[in-house]
Amino acid sequence: MAVKVLERRPLSFWERTYLPQVLGGLRVTWRNILRPSVTLQYPEQRPTIPKGYRGVPTLVRDPNGREKCVSCQLCEFICPPKAIRITPGEIPATAETAHVEKAPKEFEINMLRCIYCGLCQEVCPEEAIWLQNQYSMTGTTRAEMVNNKARLYELGGTLPDSHFKWDHKKAESERQAGGHH
Amino acid sequence: MENLLNDLLTSSDLLFVGVRGIILIGIVMTIAGYAVLLERKASAWIQGRLGPNRTTLPFVSWIPLIGPFLRLGGFIQPAADGGKFLFKEEPMPSHVRKIYYVLAPIVALAPALATIAMLPFALLPDGTALALCKGADVGVLLMFAVSSLGVYGIALAGWSSNNKFSFLGAVRGSAQLISYELAMGLAVLPVFLIASPPGSDHGLNLTAIVASQEGLWNIVRQPLAGLVFLVCIFAETNRHPFDMPESETDLVGGFHTEYGAFKFGLFFVAEYGHMIIGSSLFILMFLGGWHILPGIPEIGTGIVATLIGLGTFFTKLVLFLFFFVWVRWTIPRFRYDQVMRLGWNVLLPLAVANLVLTFIYYAFAG
Repeated sequence: MAVKVLERRPLSFWERTYLPQVLGGLRVTWRNILRPSVTLQYPEQRPTIPKGYRGVPTLVRDPNGREKCVSCQLCEFICPPKAIRITPGEIPATAETAHVEKAPKEFEINMLRCIYCGLCQEVCPEEAIWLQNQYSMTGTTRAEMVNNKARLYELGGTLPDSHFKWDHKKAESERQAGGHH
Repeated sequence: MENLLNDLLTSSDLLFVGVRGIILIGIVMTIAGYAVLLERKASAWIQGRLGPNRTTLPFVSWIPLIGPFLRLGGFIQPAADGGKFLFKEEPMPSHVRKIYYVLAPIVALAPALATIAMLPFALLPDGTALALCKGADVGVLLMFAVSSLGVYGIALAGWSSNNKFSFLGAVRGSAQLISYELAMGLAVLPVFLIASPPGSDHGLNLTAIVASQEGLWNIVRQPLAGLVFLVCIFAETNRHPFDMPESETDLVGGFHTEYGAFKFGLFFVAEYGHMIIGSSLFILMFLGGWHILPGIPEIGTGIVATLIGLGTFFTKLVLFLFFFVWVRWTIPRFRYDQVMRLGWNVLLPLAVANLVLTFIYYAFAG
């Protein structure tokens, strides 16, 4: 390997006094004083959240307002810090969504444990759990920091979705039910 | 009213001297507090931030225009900082030497306040200086001697804390002070040579030095002495790039690692007190003291001239304190061996050479 030796110009006397560098440095810092500040006045000004931001995990509904979660518990199993606890429950046969079979009776995410890794969102087969824009999560007690099912749906709201999976499933179950009789 | 003001400024009555002393300490503490604000604001500007702009008081924020100005300028922040220091819990670590641990902040602050008594701020109508101890011909010598005692506070704090970081900081501080004291003393000798040539009876009087700079500032006459003295006051006040005793990144907090609440506050005020003294000395000896600019005759007469001189001095002081902060964010901290080499191998020979050259100049030309 060829080695190229760079000739370094010896420092002049003036440069060796260290003073030109100091003056140059003072000029740099002075120019910084004149530049406008980049501070964001936080509580009044909010940062713009980039697309794909991983904020507080939430549960979402489909465009028809039905809950998507089928309480398969995959998120509970994959969650590295074990922040999610799901109590699965049956859907009564008389309910309109009986064809879904299962829904969470209770769904809790402990935000004191959550590490915002987004694995729950990645693993969810129903696209029911999403890490959305909320970045500030505060509370004064431990209990306050555990998001229950109602709170999760309140935070999550409805996300646009083009699958309409439950509509298809409903049609399918009705067709099957009709075929047998 | 004018009589009272005159008495307050000039009377040598013990009562008036006492009142002057209390007022002076109040003023110095206030300046120190606002120097902290200046430091925080200027640091913020250099780093592209806004600095303290939230603290306010209810009745102040109600005033239109001025209220928001005071809030955004952070003008109430020093009071909040001081109040916080005052009301914080003051834990005493169990492993310290208690008496000396408590004594150290006092020993650090007292010399800083004592030195300020010798500082002349302006010229009074009767031709004497506006200072608490006026006309002391040994003024500068006494100031150098007393302000150097401040390092005892640092040494005591480092030793009594029983902590390796504190101890290292204290040792560094002492070594640094000894190294730069010499060059500092030698650097100012030519200035006195100019102000009081052989045969005059001014001695080491600061007022005479300021008077000698009416035509031309000493920084122009003695640039090398000015530079050496400038570097030395940065080292003496333990400011960046010479903040060896504190060295936040390598010594945690240096000598005040174990201190909190108001004891830490006293160290803080002492540091700013030393900054004020250093700046004032530089202004008096090299930047024309209370003269506005070289060549500009004095404005006004009597007490008005005094007040204008006081204002000029104060403006220069604020600009110089800003310079301290400006340098802080420009030059990174020197390594300890670099500090020692700069002090002994560069500044001391430079100061001696400058002194000898001035001697020769005055012997043959003067």
